[in-house]
Amino acid sequence: MSEFDARFADALARLPDYLSQHVIVSVTALALGLALSLPLAILATRRARLRWPLLAFASLVQTIPGLALLALFYPLLLGLSALTEAIFGRGFSALGFLPSVLALTLYSMLPVLRNTVTGIEGIDPAVKAAALGVGMTPRQSLWMVELPLALPVIMAGIRTAAVWVIGTATLSTPVGQTSLGNYIFAGLQTQNWVSVLFGCVAAALLALVVDQLLALMESGVALRKRARIAAGAVGLALVLAAALVPGFSRPAATYVIGAKTFTEQYILASLIQDRLHAEGLSAARRDGLGSTVIFNALASGEIDVYVDYSGTIWANHMRRSDIKPREEVLKELGEWLKKERGIELLGALGFENAYALAMRRDRAQELGIRTIEDLASHSRRLMIGGDYEFFDRPEWAALREAYGLNFRQQRQMDSTFMYGAVMNGDVDVISAFSSDGRIARFDLLVLDDPKRALPPYDAVLLLSPRRAADGALREALMPIVGRIDVELMREANLRADRDQDKETPGQAARWLSEKISDR
Amino acid sequence: MTAPSEAIEFDNIFKRFGGGSTGATEVSALGGVSLSVPAREFLVIVGPSGSGKTTLLRLINRLTEPSEGAVCFAGKDVQTIDPIELRRRIGYVFQGVGLFPHLTVAENIAITPRLLGWDRRKREARADELLELVRLPPADYRHRFPRELSGGERQRVGVARAIAAGPRVVLMDEPFGALDPLTRDAVGQDYRRLHDELGLTTVMITHDMLEALMLADRIAVLHQGKFIEEGTPKKLMVATETDYVRELMQMPRTQAVRLQKLMEGGAP
Repeated sequence: MSEFDARFADALARLPDYLSQHVIVSVTALALGLALSLPLAILATRRARLRWPLLAFASLVQTIPGLALLALFYPLLLGLSALTEAIFGRGFSALGFLPSVLALTLYSMLPVLRNTVTGIEGIDPAVKAAALGVGMTPRQSLWMVELPLALPVIMAGIRTAAVWVIGTATLSTPVGQTSLGNYIFAGLQTQNWVSVLFGCVAAALLALVVDQLLALMESGVALRKRARIAAGAVGLALVLAAALVPGFSRPAATYVIGAKTFTEQYILASLIQDRLHAEGLSAARRDGLGSTVIFNALASGEIDVYVDYSGTIWANHMRRSDIKPREEVLKELGEWLKKERGIELLGALGFENAYALAMRRDRAQELGIRTIEDLASHSRRLMIGGDYEFFDRPEWAALREAYGLNFRQQRQMDSTFMYGAVMNGDVDVISAFSSDGRIARFDLLVLDDPKRALPPYDAVLLLSPRRAADGALREALMPIVGRIDVELMREANLRADRDQDKETPGQAARWLSEKISDR
Repeated sequence: MTAPSEAIEFDNIFKRFGGGSTGATEVSALGGVSLSVPAREFLVIVGPSGSGKTTLLRLINRLTEPSEGAVCFAGKDVQTIDPIELRRRIGYVFQGVGLFPHLTVAENIAITPRLLGWDRRKREARADELLELVRLPPADYRHRFPRELSGGERQRVGVARAIAAGPRVVLMDEPFGALDPLTRDAVGQDYRRLHDELGLTTVMITHDMLEALMLADRIAVLHQGKFIEEGTPKKLMVATETDYVRELMQMPRTQAVRLQKLMEGGAP
């Protein structure tokens, strides 16, 4: 099997799950959007005063980037959930389905609102006068005359909304909703362009099919061809049924494994999943979660297990800025997690994925830089590239303070592209990850941190509070605790990140698993 | 109260638009109008654009309410009648027809019966009957859509729709204005025949004097929101009291004379 075929087969195997989730979240959002915007639009044509604020609000929503809108709903719902928990003793999941549906619902409203208002107001006044004159009540005029005549314009709005929602639903992956976006986000992180393209094409095809089925129904209504309306409706029902079947037939997984948005996380999540399956436990994945999202999801039990890094929790959640040796950090971390969040720290995997500053070796030699201290004196003339989180993280603040770093320019970029950027000379320094396979491949120099400004970043297995004492889970995971050193992890990461002989994260995980058991 | 034989009565109607809370300048459309329309009369109201003709017509089925004064329908103040019920009892032929483009000819005609809850079979029979009455072969026309009709055919359907529920009174707002002269004459004459056969009371407004003279039992001339004269066509032709009406009445005659001269080869 060629490399392409392997990646394609891997993508295809995930399709039933991803497509099903994508359709469910899109259809729910669209149905909710229609149920809200149609009555509101009709009201707006009856009460001129409502019209402007309503359309202005919908337009405003449209100007918020899709990803931001989705991300905004997460903390909002989290707060709401905490509130209901305090009042009714029961919270709800602020992750995944709910924020995605709500954000997409808002997104779907503008085209439907605008087209419905335009459609109804665009009807020939003579026809509206006739409706009144023949003795229709306002309600009869609406149902018998105005809505049927405005239908083509309304349907055009619905079709636009459907295409938007299906497209934007790919962005619900980072808030924990599985969608066709999983292909795109995971593919971007691992530079698996087959996966990215697969996700894009699948989402586009879905949008196209739904749009054409709606068009068929619309023409059926316009030409009074019942067969066409029925064909369109049956087609839509089939799409929905095809999407729902895998959802129902698949037994609900016992354990949910979370993964953040980079290659190592996908590999480790695969490794954990394989371990659980090997022990006869069922497990599902929630991939591509943001750093804060995933931690809160674990604390609230929406996911059961994932791998985090000691330094991340130390700085972000414990709000510590002091630097301690690895072992002490792990010990304090475990105690704090248990006490404050009920989270179980099962153990460290054995490697660190620390933030580190890295440069091209030749460039560093040219400037005589070996440590971050050396870098400080040159930083005014240099550019630094970092991932989306880095410059907002306490580690960056600690580094700047400890060494007095002050770069000419800071550039944020996807972590996938950072290594290319430093190799091309687009930036001089990057915020690399110590376990990244590309450090070795590009022969980058990782700068020493003599002042120990960066905290240790041990990869640690975390269990949700309700799984803390789960014997079966603990037993399944113990064989990987302390068994993965940094060379092994770098090699596994490189296998999934490299351009030649690229492997899927699942394949890299199997390779890793074999290596662990060999030792 | 009015005698029941009076189909419609206007009693000192004033109608002003604008003003009030909006602070806009108030415009007076009707300034003290009184008129009785006996049952079975064909009354034509003529007047220039902006004279208040359409407003006057819309007062009858409460598409507009008067600022002052009362309108009576079959002896009852229309204010005491539910407007929806009132409109279903009065036929209305609209300026520009106003057929429903998404409904077939038969469905358009049977719309008021449908609103009144007639069953389907009865509605279809009624639509066919009316198509015959307005001289459109039902087999040919009942399933057509308005866009598939000529202007004259559309207006015939408009008439059929107005009388579908068997109203005693029909209001017509410049019904034939958009038709070519030949069609207009034919449709007009056909309607006059229906008016007589069905014993209708018709109030038609037009700015075409010739049409008014040809169709009306009685003509009322509205000018700047007031009736300045009314009477039979003949009376207005021979013995008018106002200059405006005389000029109006002269128009067809002058045209006829010019035509005659043209025929004889003289200068127009």
